[in-house]
Amino acid sequence: MAPVSGSGSPVRVRVKRKSFAAIGGRDENVVLTDVSFDVAPRSFVVLTGPSGCGKSTLLNIVAGLDTDYEGDIDLGSGSPQMTFIFQTPRLLPWRTIRENLMLSLPDGDRRQDGVDAILDRVGLTEAKNAYPERTSLGMQRRAALARGFIQEPDILLMDEPFVSLDDPTAHGLRELLVDLWNSRPTTVMFVTHDRTEAVMLGTRILRLAPGSASIVADETVRLSPAERTDREKVQAELKRIFESPAADHNGAGVSQG
Amino acid sequence: MLPARKTTAAGATIERLAWTIASLATFVALWAMAAALSESRHLPGPDKVLEVLGQEAASGALWSNMSITMVRVACAFFLAMLIGTVIGIFLGSYRRADKFFDSWLVLFLNLPALVIIALSYVWLGTTELTAILAVAVNKIPNVAVQMREGARQLSRDLSEMAHVYNFGPWKTLRHVTLPQLAPFAAAAARSGLALVWKIVLVVEALGGHATGVGHQIHAAFGNYDVPTILAYALAFIVVIQIVEFGVLQPLQARVNKWRR
Repeated sequence: MAPVSGSGSPVRVRVKRKSFAAIGGRDENVVLTDVSFDVAPRSFVVLTGPSGCGKSTLLNIVAGLDTDYEGDIDLGSGSPQMTFIFQTPRLLPWRTIRENLMLSLPDGDRRQDGVDAILDRVGLTEAKNAYPERTSLGMQRRAALARGFIQEPDILLMDEPFVSLDDPTAHGLRELLVDLWNSRPTTVMFVTHDRTEAVMLGTRILRLAPGSASIVADETVRLSPAERTDREKVQAELKRIFESPAADHNGAGVSQG
Repeated sequence: MLPARKTTAAGATIERLAWTIASLATFVALWAMAAALSESRHLPGPDKVLEVLGQEAASGALWSNMSITMVRVACAFFLAMLIGTVIGIFLGSYRRADKFFDSWLVLFLNLPALVIIALSYVWLGTTELTAILAVAVNKIPNVAVQMREGARQLSRDLSEMAHVYNFGPWKTLRHVTLPQLAPFAAAAARSGLALVWKIVLVVEALGGHATGVGHQIHAAFGNYDVPTILAYALAFIVVIQIVEFGVLQPLQARVNKWRR
């Protein structure tokens, strides 16, 4: 019953080296070295690690927004459709929320018929004709989420889309995301530094080390959809993944030289 | 007065209007007093100026001169906005071009209007097109500077969003780029109109045109006919204010209506 994304092949990420050019006396800054992994179709992969470890840079590379790197990204066969949900909502402030969703799709596209339904689903029916800056940040993030999902993408990239929200709002949005993803599973790469968020959402967690980041741990999250909204189960799984001796050895000990 | 009290939009308009009327009435009263005291034919009172204005209107000279000048103002204004916008966006988007042409812009910004007008007539002859070009060239650097600032501030976040959501060039221009430039264009338009109409009169006076408000004022100046000079000035101020309140301010309010 659930419509599934078309692409059946994995996303292959191979980044040999990514650096930012030296500016004003500062040395060249190497942010990523030898980051390679595959993302299975319709899996929800979370990239996590401390701030500044290069998670967002990696996502920008996968999205094609940053092309200045050594390596190769293979999105799979059949030119899959990709969508990016940014760290900030990035809605056009001079267009209403509804107009923002309509504009994100080609004119006359059948998906435009679903705009009102998805706005209703994320609880924005009342606010849909408001300009984004006249709504709360939580509402803007919900609009950004709806704009991403209405694309019906094969690959969905998300860069800390719930950061700087209060806990209940962020929690509500995570449940909404799980709900949306369950009704239409798609390949997701989700960046966050929030461990609870990582465990609650992901089917697999990749941990990046600080400094010239590379992957230090690759864990599968062993939670059923129902268990993901159970705080205790989430906490237990978080402990298992992040506080095991192996994880400590690999992750927390690596520091920037 | 209770400045802290919240006023409605209509109340605010009425209050602003009252201040304007009081202020203008005081000005007219002072003018009338000065004219009465000096008893000079070089300082006519408001009544005399209105009388001349009535005569000019009745003879039809006012309308024909005003309309020909307004056409020149409109042509020069739109030409300057168009060329200035293109130059400004170009410089704001390409850093190297900006570095190179910045000095040219400074040069043209500081070139006195009179020099541009004189050289235009010498080089291009005293044609209608020369008059319009001379005025436009005076205004283009200002428009370019304001639009360059707008182009420099274009949001990279939003262009990335437009890229990710496959907006394409036309949709990006219409829904992403132009709305960001609109406030700068509106500001350039408002300051532009004021500058353009002042320079048009100088151009008309210097170019030996047989028509236009500038020509009338120039002719009146030859006879030390101060009432005619003031009558035309008054008529022009009224027209420009109508354009300002009737067109430019509503336009500016429209492009800013999404702001909190």
